[in-house]
Amino acid sequence: MKPRGMIGYHPEQIIPHDHILRYSFKERMNHWIAAGSFIYLMLTGLAFWTPWLFWIATMLGGAELSRMLHPWIGLVFFVSVCYMFTLWASQMNFEPVDKEWWNSLGHYIRNQDDQMPPAGRYNAGQKLLFWSFFIGGLLLLASGLVLWFTESIPWNLRWLRYLAVIVHAGTALLTIGNFMIHVYMGVFAERGAFGSVIRGDVSLAFAKRYHPGWYKEIVGETETQK
Amino acid sequence: MSQATLRIQKISAHSGTVPGEDTQRQYQVCKLVDTTTCIGCKACEVACVEWNDMPFSPTAFGNTYQTMPETRWNYWNLILFNEHEREDGTLQWLMRKHQCMHCAEPGCLEACPADGAIVQYTNGIVDFQQANCIGCGYCITGCPFNIPKFNNVTKRMYKCSLCADRVSEGLEPACIKSCPTGCLHFGSKDDMTELAGIRAKQLRDHYGYDKAGVYDPPGVGGTGVIYVLHDATQPELYGGLPSNPSIPLAVKFWKHPLKWLGNIAMVGGLIGLFVHYLKFGPKAREEADLAPKGGA
Ligand code: HEM
Ligand code: SF4
Repeated sequence: MKPRGMIGYHPEQIIPHDHILRYSFKERMNHWIAAGSFIYLMLTGLAFWTPWLFWIATMLGGAELSRMLHPWIGLVFFVSVCYMFTLWASQMNFEPVDKEWWNSLGHYIRNQDDQMPPAGRYNAGQKLLFWSFFIGGLLLLASGLVLWFTESIPWNLRWLRYLAVIVHAGTALLTIGNFMIHVYMGVFAERGAFGSVIRGDVSLAFAKRYHPGWYKEIVGETETQK
Repeated sequence: MSQATLRIQKISAHSGTVPGEDTQRQYQVCKLVDTTTCIGCKACEVACVEWNDMPFSPTAFGNTYQTMPETRWNYWNLILFNEHEREDGTLQWLMRKHQCMHCAEPGCLEACPADGAIVQYTNGIVDFQQANCIGCGYCITGCPFNIPKFNNVTKRMYKCSLCADRVSEGLEPACIKSCPTGCLHFGSKDDMTELAGIRAKQLRDHYGYDKAGVYDPPGVGGTGVIYVLHDATQPELYGGLPSNPSIPLAVKFWKHPLKWLGNIAMVGGLIGLFVHYLKFGPKAREEADLAPKGGA
């Protein structure tokens, strides 16, 4: 069995009533800081993206306020994404099983989970999501800083502004797309996943169904016979 | 400033119809700047600051007669002084009155995300409505002439209004009124274009400026400020006047294909996820369903 990153996953993590601790308090707290700030950034960002959604900014206290807060909340988002990196990056490396998993995506989409190769603590889709948010966070920060202080960019460096609007909007669109899938999976498709980032635990059955590799690590080979 | 007597034909980031679009027969107004008769006296700079009641703005000495390097939020009109060495080694002083060009297709208005922060009146004047501005600076990105300027205290944008308040009352802009040499003219776009053409021809035929011409760039749909230049083939000599300005490609791409692709993808994605749920539902219905067959 491979040693894991920051937080060891061991049989002691099995808690009463056949549940496993999946996320520590730190992990959950950080997840919700990232989620809350992302949602605010997405809503205020979309208000500036299209006149059709400008009303969102009005509902959130007015567009001037949104313009003032968006970059600051962006910094909160970025810090929490960096902390998330220190927590989870070591578990997000792509392994051979992820390639197989990816090739079976059709089964996953059709809910044929019994035909999926055994994912570890994270499946290939979740790993991709993690990296897209990390890299997206870096790009959004870099381009966001240019948009934040746009009036200070000298005229002969104006290409920076042109680059920034495209990169910021493009990256925001990509991360919003991933975000929609992420929310759908966590809230609607995989019952039990939402509870894991709220209460921290999942049932043994959940672990066995969606993350068989991880399940084996936690309960040990013998226990699986149970 | 909202001008009750001026109707609006374009509104930034507006999702409905526009009240003044095609409703009136109105002259396109135009300011003609004849750079060949400008003496760099800066009367227009002073008149602009005076009429618009703007606070004192310190000058910045840069080894030229130019008041400051660039226009400011409270200094909308600047004479650019350029020393140009001709091929025969003699010196030519090129002075250009720099201010908002009032493009027919304004990049600032195109880029602006705030409903009604930038409007274009039916007479062609492009005006910022500071009450609606959110201070994002997108207009800076959209402008090919480096005109909108940010006030860090009010967090809003400012620029030349072509004295929309005076024009709506039938007066000419303050700068025009103050010019002592008559190098500034104001009238309908048609009249000004004609006058500019006559002057350029005069320069070519009688003053030996064979390259004299009129600057009214088509890339932005023509402008509400046009120049007569001694050398219309090299507008860059006049303090970096772009020879073929247009709304930056990145801004066009951002506001059109990218926006539509993005919107279709987002709406399509939401519909797709909903349909997926209708067709396949959750992966396992209740927690109990999750229990492995015959176990745990
Ligand atoms: C990481 C730090 C970030 C910074 C410093 C930042 C900064 C900015 C700034 C200054 C603007 C210009 C207008 C405004 O203030 O609203 C902007 C626009 C925008 N931001 Fe961010 N942002 C960040 C992160 C994000 C994130 C995570 C999203 C996620 C969806 C996002 C989505 C948007 C969108 C959609 C726009 C409008 C783009 C457009 O109109 O084309 N931003 N951002
Ligand atoms: S800063 Fe410019 S682009 Fe932004 S809202 Fe104000 S006028 Fe519009």
